[in-house]
Amino acid sequence: MSSTFDQIANIIAETCDIPRDTIKPESHAIDDLGIDSLDFLDIAFAIDKAFGIKMPLEKWTQEVNDGKATTEQYFVLKNLADRIDELVAAKNAGTGA
Amino acid sequence: MDLDYFKLIDRIVDLNLGERTIVVEAQVPEKHTIFEGHFPGFPIMPGVLLTEAMAQSSGWLLLGVLKFERMPFLAIVKEAKMRGFVSPGQLLTIEAKVEHEGSGFAVTKAKGRIGKDLKCSAEITFGLTPFPDPAFRVHMDAMAEKIGFPMQVLKHD
Repeated sequence: MSSTFDQIANIIAETCDIPRDTIKPESHAIDDLGIDSLDFLDIAFAIDKAFGIKMPLEKWTQEVNDGKATTEQYFVLKNLADRIDELVAAKNAGTGA
Repeated sequence: MDLDYFKLIDRIVDLNLGERTIVVEAQVPEKHTIFEGHFPGFPIMPGVLLTEAMAQSSGWLLLGVLKFERMPFLAIVKEAKMRGFVSPGQLLTIEAKVEHEGSGFAVTKAKGRIGKDLKCSAEITFGLTPFPDPAFRVHMDAMAEKIGFPMQVLKHD
């Protein structure tokens, strides 16, 4: 079974037509890969479907806008993978995503 | 259909918030200048208008799902397929279903038919945002009443 990062990277490669080998765990989705908000909607849909979750994008965006979090916490792919793992774990534990 | 005002949906036939589905009707006008150019001697509904009709149908569905607390704005159209001609005077029936409700966005699948014949289909993504101003919401309420949006279903969901 592929890792969460691999699944995300494959989704991004397919959705945004970005060569898979350029997508690294350290890549920042916006700053390094140039993914815009519209493409990120597509990615979010694919991730939500693949993992059976609902990524709280609005909450994350609000936290960044309020200075309570950095974009790196959510949009560097290894960190995004960690957030997704947390959401999956919360779903499996029945505590909601 | 009021093509001049881009109001493509005439009537909501069924809205099921439990199933997250909607069925609407849209009467294609017999005459309009659009058909004089598209195409001379062979008038058919432009695919972009069929796509917009599917988007508006999905939009009314999402307004119901969101209890009119947010406005869906068209963001992405995928897999838009024009499967057959739609002619002046025909009654278009459009059904849409919420495929996914994400954080700040939603995805629907819509299909348009003439009778039983499938004429168009698409997967449509919307950004969901608060109404830009109260007047916009008032306008949408008036539109909803005009097309028979069953406001009572919002109270029972």
